[in-house]
Parts: sequence; C-alpha cells; structure tokens
Amino acid sequence: MDPEKCEGHARCYGLVPELFNVDDYGLSTVVGDGTVPVGLEAKARLAIANCPEYAIEEIAG
Amino acid sequence: MARTPAVHGWDTDFDVLDAGYIADPFRIWDELRKACPVAHSDRRGSTWLPTRYEDVVDLAHDVEHFSSLEVAVIPFDGEEPEDPVLLYGLPPISSDPPLHTSTRRLLLPWFSHRRVKGYEALTRELCATLIDGFKANGRADAAVDYAQQIPARVIAHILGVPPTLAGTFTGWVRDVLEFADDPERRAHGIEGLLTFFTEEVAHRRTEPGDDLLSELLHAEVDGAPVEESVVLGMAALVLIAGVDTTWSAIGSSLWHLATHSDDRARLVAEPSLMPTAIEELLRAYSPVTMARVVTGDVEFEGCPMKAGDRVLMNFPAANRDPEAFADPDQVVLDRALNRHVAFGSGIHRCAGSNLARMELRIALEEWLARIPEFYLSDDAEVTWAGGQVRGPRILPVVFP
Ligand code: HEM
Ligand code: SF4
Repeated sequence: MDPEKCEGHARCYGLVPELFNVDDYGLSTVVGDGTVPVGLEAKARLAIANCPEYAIEEIAG
Repeated sequence: MARTPAVHGWDTDFDVLDAGYIADPFRIWDELRKACPVAHSDRRGSTWLPTRYEDVVDLAHDVEHFSSLEVAVIPFDGEEPEDPVLLYGLPPISSDPPLHTSTRRLLLPWFSHRRVKGYEALTRELCATLIDGFKANGRADAAVDYAQQIPARVIAHILGVPPTLAGTFTGWVRDVLEFADDPERRAHGIEGLLTFFTEEVAHRRTEPGDDLLSELLHAEVDGAPVEESVVLGMAALVLIAGVDTTWSAIGSSLWHLATHSDDRARLVAEPSLMPTAIEELLRAYSPVTMARVVTGDVEFEGCPMKAGDRVLMNFPAANRDPEAFADPDQVVLDRALNRHVAFGSGIHRCAGSNLARMELRIALEEWLARIPEFYLSDDAEVTWAGGQVRGPRILPVVFP
C-alpha cells in the first residue's frame, strides 16, 4: 500500500474489510504485514482492481 | 422544458443543460471521445468538456493549473452581493490547499466508516417507514416519495437540526444546483441556507450540542478558532453536497432496476452482490459533474486553455470510457475491475462517500426486501435533472 497515493476512498475496506484497516480520515492500511491469507487472494485482487488511485499493489511472495 | 437554444455541434457548442443531453448524454460522450475528446463551448463563458477517463483523472490531480475556487458547472451570472457572508465560498470543495486541507480534515471524521455505521439504523428505519407509507397503493413515485426523502433527513440528524426541515433543505439545494441557470432561484437558495445556518450558529455558541455544527464552532486549526464565515461555508456545503447527489444516485439505481428485470431479480436472489452492485450503479449513473477554473494559460491535450476558462470535471463520462471499462454501457453487478471516479479523484474526492454508499445500500436493501418486483408505470412520465447533478426527479413505478 502506498500511503502517498491513497486518497481515502475506502473502496478497498468497503469491499474487503478482512484485509484493510481504515482510519477516521479514510486512509487505509493493510492488516498485519500485508500478507494475504490463503483463500482471500481473489478478494485482495478485487480491492486492487477497485482502487481509483492505484495505491495498492500485489507483491508476489 | 426547452431552457436553452439548440446546440450546433457538440464539439464546439456543447450545452450540459440541453434537454437531449440531460436525458441521454451517453451517445454524445461516445461521439466526442472519438471526434474531439476535449470539447469546447462559449455558452456561459469559455468552457471545456473532457470525456476520457485518463484526461478527467489527470485534470483532477493537477490542482496547480486547475483550481477549485470555482466548482459550479453553471457560472453564477446574477449580481454578487456587496457584502458577502461566505468570504471563502464553500470550503473544502471550493478551495485549494491550504484552506482545503484544514477544512477537509475537520469534516472527514464525521463521515468515517465508524461514524457512518452509527447512522445506519436510523437510515434503515426511515426507509422502512417511507415504504410502509405507500406500499399498499401498488404504486409510488420512487424519486419524490422515496429517494428524495432520505438524504436530507440523515443530514439533518448529523447537523443536529429537526428532520421536519428536510423538505425545506431539499428546496434550497435544488435552487442552488438544479436551477443554477436561474439567478433568482439560485440567490433564493443561498439566502435561505445562510440565514438558517447563521441563526443555528448563534444558537450553538451559547448552547452547544453533540453535532457537527457545534463541533465546527469549537474546533481549532493551528491554535486558532475557525472563522465563522468558514463554518457557515462548510455547513452549507455538507447540505449542498449531500442531498441532491445521494438522492440522484438512489433514484437512478431504482430506475435501472425498474427497467432491467434481470438485474433486479439477480440482486434479490443474490444479496451478497450488493457491495459490487453499488459501485457498478454509481459508475454507470454517476450523478456528479464538477468544474475547475484554469489558473494560467496552459495547453491540455492540444487544447489552448486560457486563464479563467472553466473545465468541467466530467466524472460521469470518464466512467463510461471504453478504454477504462470493458462494455461500459453494460451494467455488470459483479464487475471486478472498477476504478470508477463517481466520487472524484485526488485531493477533493468526496468526503461523504462512506455516508453516500451506506444510504444507497440501505435504500436499495429495504426497497428490494419489501418490493422485490416493480416496473416503470409509464416511461414518458419520467423526468431527469442534469447539469451539476444528474438523476430522475419524477419516477412513477408500479408493483404487484
Ligand atoms: C452518491 C452521492 C455522492 C456523489 C456521487 C458525490 C460526488 C462527489 C464528487 C465527485 C466530489 C468531488 C468534487 C471535486 O472534485 O471538485 C465530491 C466532493 C465532496 N462531497 Fe460528495 N458526493 C456524494 C455524496 C456526498 C455526501 C452524502 C456528502 C456529505 C454529507 C458529501 C460531501 C462532499 C464534500 C464535503 C466534498 C468536498 C471534498 C473536498 O473538496 O475535499 N458528498 N462529492
Ligand atoms: S481504495 Fe485506494 S485510495 Fe481508497 S482507501 Fe483504499 S487504498 Fe486508499
């Protein structure tokens, strides 16, 4: 997650609350260290594909 | 209602208040995207109209050349008051940093996910009561009897004023946004809002409550209280930005479901689609177009823009751009790739989007739970408003 790009649309949190935290100003951060638990990969990609600011990226690991 | 002379070519003489454009702007944007993606018009001053996703997003992010000091799609051409109450317009929407930054930070927590959850029960009850009021009739105006009734009451609650004022609020907001080309109506709406909030502010100075207005009055920015003119502007903005917009989104979504039985049936059968369906309906029927004013002569996509020109932030057209969305005119309730900009993009993105989404979701959930099957009673009776905010204003539906 790139905090510089995030404008707080909270689209990610709205769609996949399991993977994101959101503060009172709408800015989002990933839960934990950002590793996506098994089974949530498709939802993680949904969040990426809905962020209008291109602030979330998938890092293979 | 022909309010404007016929358009001679959409690339050089567009008019966002043209009746044909209000009813069906989609074909016009398709043509423009191919022939002239940044159109121009000299009606109401020199104005540019971008239609491509990429261009709209670039413009929204370039706050240096494209200022928010004027965001009205229809410029005010009546007389400016000699002694203006709103020295700074309606911050944060009509301001650039740094005033934008501080006022936005004051508003955001009121519309955070956490707070908005707290307004959910009230919204649900309101929607249920409205439907119970007309369900037995087998028909209703989904715009007037339902969509229009919701946002103004929720905002009245947040501002800490009686819900019985909702109708009055809606009238002022329509004067300002929908009838912006009528200087008298616009002035009437602004005066109504300001007189009301000036009294409310005076009242809360002595008797603060647990509401947005009271908090703004007692907030500090860099150790200093917020000027009253700024508080008034912010309060008026919350009302102006939160009423027509959300009402239009609810109305357009119900129009879509009334005219697309397959989508309606699917949403009833698969309520888990609601989160992506909401985003998709917001994309396809984006209600809000904003404006920017060019700060200095600049060339954009080959267009010679002059200082003082207006650029329309055509978020609705961006959301129908085939370069950004596959099959953009198709509503796909589970569309996965959906970076829509119905709430704008960049630093001014909608501060109330969590609230708007919640109201839209609850309004649709409650409607579909009680009225799972409904249709337009007569296509010819439906009317749309447009310009700054597009949505149905009369929407008669029937249900068995
Ligand atoms: C579906 C409903 C709504 C839509 C489509 C919508 C759309 C937008 C858009 C496109 C902007 C960006 C303006 C720009 O770029 O100049 C905006 C800004 C704003 N909206 Fe909304 N809005 C909606 C509902 C609401 C609600 C319910 C509220 C609050 C009560 C609200 C409050 C605001 C505020 C305060 C701003 C200014 C933010 C800033 O300038 O930093 N909106 N909205
Ligand atoms: S969707 Fe993108 S911009 Fe919005 S909160 Fe999430 S990361 Fe930030």
